[in-house]
Amino acid sequence: MADVPIDIDHVARLARIALTQEESARFSAQFSRLFEFIGELQGLDVSQIGPTAQVIPLHDVVREDEVGPSLSRDAALANAPAREGPYFKMPRILDGEA
Amino acid sequence: MTTGHELKAAIVRKERSAVEVVEAALAAAQAVEPQLKAYIRLLPERARESAQKVDDRLRAGEEIGPLGGIPVAVKDIFCVEGEIATAGSKILENFRSPYSATVVRKLEEAGAVIIGKTNMDEFAMGSSCENSAFFPTRNPWDPARVPGGSSGGSASTVGAGSVPIALGTDTGGSIREPASFCNIVGVKPTYGRVSRYGMIAFASSLDQAGPMTADVRDAAQTLAVIAGHDPMDSTSVDAPVPDYLGALRSDLKGVRVGLVREFEEQIAELDPRLAALYKAAYADLERLGAKLVEVQLPHARYGLATYYLIAPAECSSNLARYDGARYGRRVDDGGDVYEMFERTRAAGFGDEVKRRIVLGTYALSAGYYDAYYVRAQKIRTLIKSDFDKAFLACDVIAGPAVSCPAFELGAKTQDPVAMYLMDYFTIPMSLAGVPALSVPAGYVDELPIGLQIVAPAFEEGVMLGVAHAYEQATRHAWSRTPAVVEALGSRS
Repeated sequence: MADVPIDIDHVARLARIALTQEESARFSAQFSRLFEFIGELQGLDVSQIGPTAQVIPLHDVVREDEVGPSLSRDAALANAPAREGPYFKMPRILDGEA
Repeated sequence: MTTGHELKAAIVRKERSAVEVVEAALAAAQAVEPQLKAYIRLLPERARESAQKVDDRLRAGEEIGPLGGIPVAVKDIFCVEGEIATAGSKILENFRSPYSATVVRKLEEAGAVIIGKTNMDEFAMGSSCENSAFFPTRNPWDPARVPGGSSGGSASTVGAGSVPIALGTDTGGSIREPASFCNIVGVKPTYGRVSRYGMIAFASSLDQAGPMTADVRDAAQTLAVIAGHDPMDSTSVDAPVPDYLGALRSDLKGVRVGLVREFEEQIAELDPRLAALYKAAYADLERLGAKLVEVQLPHARYGLATYYLIAPAECSSNLARYDGARYGRRVDDGGDVYEMFERTRAAGFGDEVKRRIVLGTYALSAGYYDAYYVRAQKIRTLIKSDFDKAFLACDVIAGPAVSCPAFELGAKTQDPVAMYLMDYFTIPMSLAGVPALSVPAGYVDELPIGLQIVAPAFEEGVMLGVAHAYEQATRHAWSRTPAVVEALGSRS
């Protein structure tokens, strides 16, 4: 079994997911197998190779800055879990994190 | 198995109305739904309305479109205006699409009749459809087995013959593997060939929509409808869409078919029965006039590890949007905004999605970014250049789509890596961005197996042409009937 270098609880906090202890332990064991695979990549010499982020020859796609048809405010808010008038309603953000 | 082009021809000849065709499709889907659970939602009212419009047009002497009156199913990852789109996730259980995906709009403009939204692994993460947050879908050839995934519902309903055409998405094999398991044609187009606007994102440098169909002609027609540039998707390529139907051929004279040395060694080791089946398929290609040549993809063996860094990294970024703020589920216990985020995502996402978000966040985090993510991107370059070199020696590559027939439900759910290995033969093409399809190639243990055909970027026509010649010469998909259909007795 490969060593799992992940501090799962730390990474889960970065990802904003509250994991249970059970999930955290189970993922840890599963990552151990996965890192056996991922470890294979460390043996390749890639010092002279450029990275590929995407495979098609497109760069800096832009368009004219013109207003086109778009969703009405009500349509955009229709799926909101909570709203107040024309706004998405959120829990307090400032002062919320003690 | 009735094809879409046959149904359309019957409608045009006025032997059957579009309404009759769609009623038959809805009845067929409902008859097997208790066993298959292919649909998250059937849309009978929308379907009847669309079919009525086709009949009205026909009565008025108007064109009904290239897919006029053909019932189609759409993976629940695509937005259909006014309908729920869950992506197989609890976090989107009640999300109602405010607009239609470009591919959905194009299908409907071409006369297609959408009859329902199909089940899938949550956010397209899985190879068995067991990661759906709602229920697993089952395989029409044996309901104890999975239909494959992530586009499992689409594969299952086309495999059962309820509809001849469905839309799926493929990130690492999610069209091709279920197509193989369910004895249908499944096409992953070139990255950039088909718009992704309105398709819920998983891994944006890999995701691609494609047809899953009863035969190659239906796949070619559907691809012709959905392909092309879309100003709403900056990654869609502005290149003309060739005549895919015109590219369908009946022999393979002058076609160089590459067989990948590494894949042939691997399949012989994994399952000699599959290796024998594929050897017979290559002999069929040769009989049709193809010249077989050996090619190599020396870095393809690193595909899986590369993919399981890149795809989770992109997923962790894409799925950051599910924060309970603007749409989707929110769990708010009165704490601060960060608690709301963490609890919403804990309650809304299933196991596999959480696992990949954690893995991807790790691969992108400070101190590990270069060692994992950038290294994987560099190996992606090597894999892509392997394909570039191979295609100097051949016009298409033929090889395994899968390493086994459909497996039983639960067989791989405890071991994510065993599940990830299902995509061994499909992931390298996704990383290289090249088009690939699976076409029925015969049976092992009474279960269907697909042959994978791969072409250089934007050469879908050549790929479909080869698949068509092979399909028409062998007609594997028509030689047997799926178990759930046989159990119902004969049916038109």
